Amino acid sequence: MASASNTPETPNAQAAGSSAPDGEPLLAVHGLTKLFPVGGGPFRKPSSFIHAVDDVTFRLGHGESLGLVGESGCGKTTVGKLLVKLLEPTGGEILFRFAGDSAGAATEAPWDSAAISGRLLRSCGRRVQMIFQDPYASMNPRRTIYDIISEPLSVQGMGDVQYRVDRVLEILTLVGLTPAGGFLFRHPHELSGGQRQRVAIARALVIRPSFVVADEPTSMLDVSSRTGVMSLMQDLATELGVAYLYVTHDLAVARYMCHRIAVMYSGKVVELAETEELLRNPLHPYTKALLSAVPVPDPGHRRQLPDIRGDLGTPIDPPSRCRFHERCPAATEHCLDHPHPPMEEKTPGHLVACYEV
Amino acid sequence: MNTSGPVAPIPTPEFGVEIGRGRVRFVLARLRLMWRSFRNGWGIFMESRMGRLSLFTIIAFALMAAAHPILMAFVWDPATYDPVTGYSFDQVEQPAPPSWKHPLGTDPLGRDVLSQLLFSTRSEFVLGITAALVTVGIATFVGAVAAYYGRLVDSFFMRLADLIIALPAISLLIVLSALFHLNLFYLALIIGVLGGFGGTAIILKSQALSIKVKPFIEAARVAGGGDFHIIFVHIIPHLLPLALLYMMFTVTSAIFAEAVLSFLGLLDLRMSWGIMIHTANTGGYLLGGTRYWWLIVPAGASITLLCSAFYLAGRALDEVVNPRLRQRND
Amino acid sequence: MTDRSDSLLKVDGLSLSYQTRQGELQAVRDVSFELARGSALGLVGESGCGKTTVANCLMRLLPDNARISAGRVLLDGQDVLLLTEEEMRLRRWRRISMVFQAAMNVLDPVYRVGQQIIEAIETHGVESTDIGARERVARLFRMVGLDPQLMERYPHEFSGGMRQRAVIAMALSCDPDLMIADEPTTALDVIVQDRILRELKAIQQPLGMSIIYISHDIAVVAEVTDVVGVMYAGRLVEMGDTADVFRAPAHPYTAALVSSFPSVSGERRPLTSLPGEPPNLSDLPPGCPFHPRCAYATDVCRTEYPPRAASGSRWAACWHPLDATLVPQS
Repeated sequence: MASASNTPETPNAQAAGSSAPDGEPLLAVHGLTKLFPVGGGPFRKPSSFIHAVDDVTFRLGHGESLGLVGESGCGKTTVGKLLVKLLEPTGGEILFRFAGDSAGAATEAPWDSAAISGRLLRSCGRRVQMIFQDPYASMNPRRTIYDIISEPLSVQGMGDVQYRVDRVLEILTLVGLTPAGGFLFRHPHELSGGQRQRVAIARALVIRPSFVVADEPTSMLDVSSRTGVMSLMQDLATELGVAYLYVTHDLAVARYMCHRIAVMYSGKVVELAETEELLRNPLHPYTKALLSAVPVPDPGHRRQLPDIRGDLGTPIDPPSRCRFHERCPAATEHCLDHPHPPMEEKTPGHLVACYEV
Repeated sequence: MNTSGPVAPIPTPEFGVEIGRGRVRFVLARLRLMWRSFRNGWGIFMESRMGRLSLFTIIAFALMAAAHPILMAFVWDPATYDPVTGYSFDQVEQPAPPSWKHPLGTDPLGRDVLSQLLFSTRSEFVLGITAALVTVGIATFVGAVAAYYGRLVDSFFMRLADLIIALPAISLLIVLSALFHLNLFYLALIIGVLGGFGGTAIILKSQALSIKVKPFIEAARVAGGGDFHIIFVHIIPHLLPLALLYMMFTVTSAIFAEAVLSFLGLLDLRMSWGIMIHTANTGGYLLGGTRYWWLIVPAGASITLLCSAFYLAGRALDEVVNPRLRQRND
Repeated sequence: MTDRSDSLLKVDGLSLSYQTRQGELQAVRDVSFELARGSALGLVGESGCGKTTVANCLMRLLPDNARISAGRVLLDGQDVLLLTEEEMRLRRWRRISMVFQAAMNVLDPVYRVGQQIIEAIETHGVESTDIGARERVARLFRMVGLDPQLMERYPHEFSGGMRQRAVIAMALSCDPDLMIADEPTTALDVIVQDRILRELKAIQQPLGMSIIYISHDIAVVAEVTDVVGVMYAGRLVEMGDTADVFRAPAHPYTAALVSSFPSVSGERRPLTSLPGEPPNLSDLPPGCPFHPRCAYATDVCRTEYPPRAASGSRWAACWHPLDATLVPQS
């Protein structure tokens, strides 16, 4: 049963368009910032701000999968929500360029910008979807599987009932819920966790988006269903040409799912590199600590001690110096006096935000 | 056999085989589903003693309401038995105690009490159900909208609700009935509006708030759903069970309010349970203690029974809606 | 009683079922294991495999609808299951303590964290004076890596990791012989998890305390335990030294668990996935419950539950163990 067909394939790094500098990326995020006000009211000014996402910049190629890794509270989920417009950014740009756009309208408006709203946003929704962490809570328990999966089609007015039924049956078969007809009128609570997350994937992919934000889609699943969902997501990515932003706290899962990994700390991306490069040769002290803290299922394995102190705090009006400064084992006077380090390319494709590398 | 096994390479299957093509089959499948969930809820409702008792009482009263026009048309002579204008000439003294001709006796004006009782039942139902529908309609919408939009919309509706709760409803109705001629319909409307913008709205809003923060609302937004879609498709269906519950309680309070106002003689109605007691009172028969019991007990008992039946129906529905309240029978 | 010196806990043929609306649910079937003083045992398995039920059974914290149908739980030779509720209450915390998955729910939000632990200490009479108890809590806080000044804080002022550490301090407060940790770090981030696991390991040896770790995360169990038991559908299916079990699993289910677990270090080997879904406990397949998902299943697996195949302390309940050194026992 453990055949090669249900094995997560090695992500094909060459397929990732973003590493090639001349290729047009699908998504370019530039200086993305989200501040949450603290203590404000309808008629009061907020006293301070949580810098949930602070000046985040990255690019994502067509069909590429980028892992966004960090501890809870580091702002990784906020980035995902900003990309699908569940939140409005405080600053910065989110630029999409979808495959079809290059032909006609591309010359005048090559980018969909973060500023679009209202009806435009909805047409943008056809290209950008999201898979949520909790397969239980992210589905309306009163609706049937058909209602849930066809929702993107029906709210965007695509096709008649027969067309939607056909699309839903097709996508159910694609995500491995067969016979598809038997699932149409079930309710989410009649399905297991793994099956529900397959339904969530089906809902995200039914309108054939170019880009999907996957927010910890496997963290609540059992080991045996997790691998199946992971390999399904990879198969569908290659088949349908979907690009993923894979938000996760689990570096081991990101290793299997992503071409590249960005490590976030306290609202900032501190390191970004190809997956194996990042795991073998981490440069930022935080990435090193994070990697050495991951338990390994091999009983004989001895890990290095992660040598960072304290806890990740909430970044309320943080000082301008390096966010990791207080916990950093390598911090120097230089780090104390200078602003948060910029992302620099240390080796080709390996970006780090640290003065001491 | 296993439904989530390895993903096969995409076949090109014959879609639509299982449910068949066409809208009719699709709609039928949905109807079957609704029927199934209704049957489940019905089973739980009927399992509780409160549910069975309340349903039995409500049906009994409904039969009484339906019986009156039939009796008037085929059995009873309108000149004697009309609930308002009738007069029983063969009684020596009014009010007359129960007899074969007048099973519940006659009132001080010589009218048949049973006829009055049956006639009033219909208006009590109309009043209670209209008031309840208005309340629930307003409260569901206000609750959902206030919770979804928050901020100023929320503040406005919640302050309005505070204002209405702060007003004593019965005193307000007394003032209104003194200023205007209140008939059954207007009374139902006023009670409905007061309930709808008042306490019920606050309760449904807090329920809506707990729905609003659920991840499936975010999922609907990502799917491209607008405010209208989210409020009507995702929030309001979750409020309906609770709304139905408060509908039952509103019926109770509407019937009770009518009884109080009629007893005080403030309503522009032909006949009602409250007016029956009012008539007995103005003749001074309430002071007679149990001697003239047939003037008070039938109407009084009907008010109590119907009110408690709707209240118990609400409690039994609560068990359908809140699985935690269900008794475990191991 | 010669074996008292090294064996602390002996679970013998434990079977437990829940009475539900759908009928009887066999959650635990014939579970037996032994735990030596000062050692760490891991119980791994997927959700619904019965591992948490076993833990709750050791603590005698079972819901009303649970029924223990067979078996003994011997703690120092005394059967825990035969104790009265009062006798058990005295032994909880002092002899067996537990760290729950949801640490937030264990701490009462209206009392200071230190006060709650002091109370636990005083009710069990471990320290008689308030100052003694206070000093003890300060020592425990330092032991789990918390600043003793945090004793005066309320639970909501703690982060998730700090709360989990406070709960561990509470579990250690009465010098228990056995601590059961049910997914103690599942809700935490890796860096915090790593710190807590290290602290637990560092504390355990000097105190001579035994620990039972319950987790679905085989990487965590592989790092902190000496002996591991793998559970599937309410039964222990494999047991042995942690290193042996995870290096060369004998039961196909263990093998599937290990090979489907992603790792950050070493070669990037392909992951395999297990087909199908975990079985429904109220409707188990005949024979070995794992046979519908097992690549090695033969006819005998479909009809008869396998006997243990053992070698030394290592055993697996399988007709076709992957490790040939295991010999089937009659």
